[in-house]
Amino acid sequence: MDFNDTSEEAAFRAEARAFLEAHVAPLEPGQRASFETEDPQTVEAAQHWQALKKDNGWACLTWPVEYGGRGARPIESVIWNQEEARFRVPPNIFGIGIGMLGPTLMAHGTPEQRERYLQKMARGDEIWCQLFSEPGAGSDLAGLQTSAVRDGGDWRINGQKIWTSGAHFCRWGMIVTRTDPTAEKHDGLTYFIVDMKAPGVEIRPIRQINGGANFNQVFFSDVRVPDANRVDAVGNGWRVSMTTLLNERASVGGAGGGGLGVRDLIRLAGQLEIDGRPALEDSHVRQRIADFYVRLRGVQHTGNRTLTALSRGQTPGPEASISKLVTAPLAQQLASFAIELQSLAGGEMAASGFQDGYLGSPGMRIAAGTDEILRNILAERVLGLPREPRMDKGIPFKDIPTGTA
Amino acid sequence: MNFDFSDEQKLLQKTARDFLQEHSPLAVCRRVLESDDELYAEDLWSGAAEMGWQGAAIPEEFGGAGFGYLELVLIAEEMGRALAPIPFGSSVYLATEAILAAGGDEQKKRCLPELASGRWIGALALAERPGRPDPARIETRLEGGRLTGTKRAVPDAAAANRAVVLAAAPEGPALALVDLDGEGVSREVLASLDPSRPGATLRFDAAPAEPLGPAGGGWEILERVLRRAAVLQAFEQLGGAARALEITRDFTLGRYAFGRPIASFQALKHRLADVYVAVELARSNCFYGAWALEQEAPELGEAACSARVSATDAFELATTEMIQMHGGVGYTWEYDCHLFYRRAKWLAASLGGAADWRDRLVGELTAGGGA
Repeated sequence: MDFNDTSEEAAFRAEARAFLEAHVAPLEPGQRASFETEDPQTVEAAQHWQALKKDNGWACLTWPVEYGGRGARPIESVIWNQEEARFRVPPNIFGIGIGMLGPTLMAHGTPEQRERYLQKMARGDEIWCQLFSEPGAGSDLAGLQTSAVRDGGDWRINGQKIWTSGAHFCRWGMIVTRTDPTAEKHDGLTYFIVDMKAPGVEIRPIRQINGGANFNQVFFSDVRVPDANRVDAVGNGWRVSMTTLLNERASVGGAGGGGLGVRDLIRLAGQLEIDGRPALEDSHVRQRIADFYVRLRGVQHTGNRTLTALSRGQTPGPEASISKLVTAPLAQQLASFAIELQSLAGGEMAASGFQDGYLGSPGMRIAAGTDEILRNILAERVLGLPREPRMDKGIPFKDIPTGTA
Repeated sequence: MNFDFSDEQKLLQKTARDFLQEHSPLAVCRRVLESDDELYAEDLWSGAAEMGWQGAAIPEEFGGAGFGYLELVLIAEEMGRALAPIPFGSSVYLATEAILAAGGDEQKKRCLPELASGRWIGALALAERPGRPDPARIETRLEGGRLTGTKRAVPDAAAANRAVVLAAAPEGPALALVDLDGEGVSREVLASLDPSRPGATLRFDAAPAEPLGPAGGGWEILERVLRRAAVLQAFEQLGGAARALEITRDFTLGRYAFGRPIASFQALKHRLADVYVAVELARSNCFYGAWALEQEAPELGEAACSARVSATDAFELATTEMIQMHGGVGYTWEYDCHLFYRRAKWLAASLGGAADWRDRLVGELTAGGGA
């Protein structure tokens, strides 16, 4: 048991660090490379950095070399991310394409599609978004209603997608549509590549409770898509979507909590007073801090177990999937407690960073699998418990109640 | 990154699991729990000693097996899974650790082989009243090699024949080693929350006692021993929690209501997922504790507290949910749920509750002003 790199990993880390030191400035201790907005300048800077990485062999590390990757092992990708996080680099706005959609094209796309799209995706020349969720299809993705209808050699798409990150600066999207409403729910779906600049595509930002607008609604009105942009067979869209989502879990799983952490809470409690004594000496405060700390450390060490599996070339076990289920609610609880400690001043947005955290954290509990869906996954895939009986099997999709028009 | 046990260590764990499955099925725990005069499973105790487990972390020069702590924690995990009704924790994690930490060379040569062989069963006598022990309020006196005073609720003291006792010496807090079968010692076996691990009140009336470590330094040694024991016991708690989850899962799969297994209701699935998460967080914190223990790392204080807190929480959650999800039968004497429920809370109490360890953790995190 030790926390050291193997000699091969250490050599890779040194090489990665040398490249980073040659091209970008390191972060000062405690400094975050935060970019508040995804404005055109930020997008341009991100594309520039991605191209530099690609041209030097540091982009899409785990992709095969023929598609523009490095053919690296998953542990090397983790090491790169650890090193890159220590430098002041633009935000990674390519994760959905490179992490999820690229691997989907590799598995289900035609040779022409792979040839046309993957290299440009890898270099960041073209940015991609994912068009899955709809107002009537969230956790139950297969309930989607956006239609694609044949029109000569093309398809015509009509409907509405939602929660699309980065739609306004993306060149291409991957969309799953319903092509046969008379088939069973999971059988009538087909997957396409859609041009986000095509006539009939309308993008409207969604304002979140924290005032930010990281997501969009995307409306499709008679948007024409050539059949050459269909991914895999008609009616096979569910299977293709599963490939995408599997890769989503693989790329989201390692993400940390982000935002303000328990060390910030300790610092805050050291500055505040309760009954004339430091809040940090208050028994109740100490109990809560310890509770947060122990759970966060548990997640962190669970991450080390995952890295161990990757380092050995194994597939990580189910423990890898608990991270977000623990950290997202904990971020909310931690922010809530910190605001409570500030008492009357807690209502002021500028009192600390925790106010922002309180407004941002509910989104983490919903994005990329709600707490409830994650519990179902653990219960069903890890503990082997049966699924709930369903009302939407064995009947045509058009006969299933939807609650939306 | 190698945050896992080696293949050899896992093999040793498998051996321990197989041995305990054969020699310590839950019926053995129940037998001791229901008996008035069987204070621990003597055959299991001597079997464990033959496997070298009591001496797992004792160097070979002192009669131990010299395995190491990464091996001992895995044995502890299996002890926890089996709810082994033997005073393993008190003798191995506490008494043996105290002698390893504070004993002189002569004491180690004399005492450790006895503990390794299982001839000595040790206990740690700490508390004198309910509430967290306080070095300024120790009433038991150690003077001129004699011990006088009363220790309450001493874990495993019904079975033990030696005790490491916290006492006040003229120089300050001190630890002393006492022969519980010797003169001046009387004990009263207590009804224990977990009768498979009966404790006792120990009364010392000028009992002969040999000092362990420097007089006045007893509290520091005790703190060191408790930190180490916290990691070891956390593995026991982890093992118990994981087994409780498995049993509960199997029960909910086989129990039908409203025409389907109750394991198919999200009301139960989500809670079982939460138990699973608690167990895995505890496992990860325990791994880190094991690393810090084995390395004698400066992080041991923080690591021990984290392992202790998360394993205590996981075992309690797993066993309260175990009874609840079993429904009415879970509340019967006949079903085994209460064996787990009792053991979970008894282990939580026996080194001081999770609240104590949470408080201690914040102390570790803020020591030296380095928040």
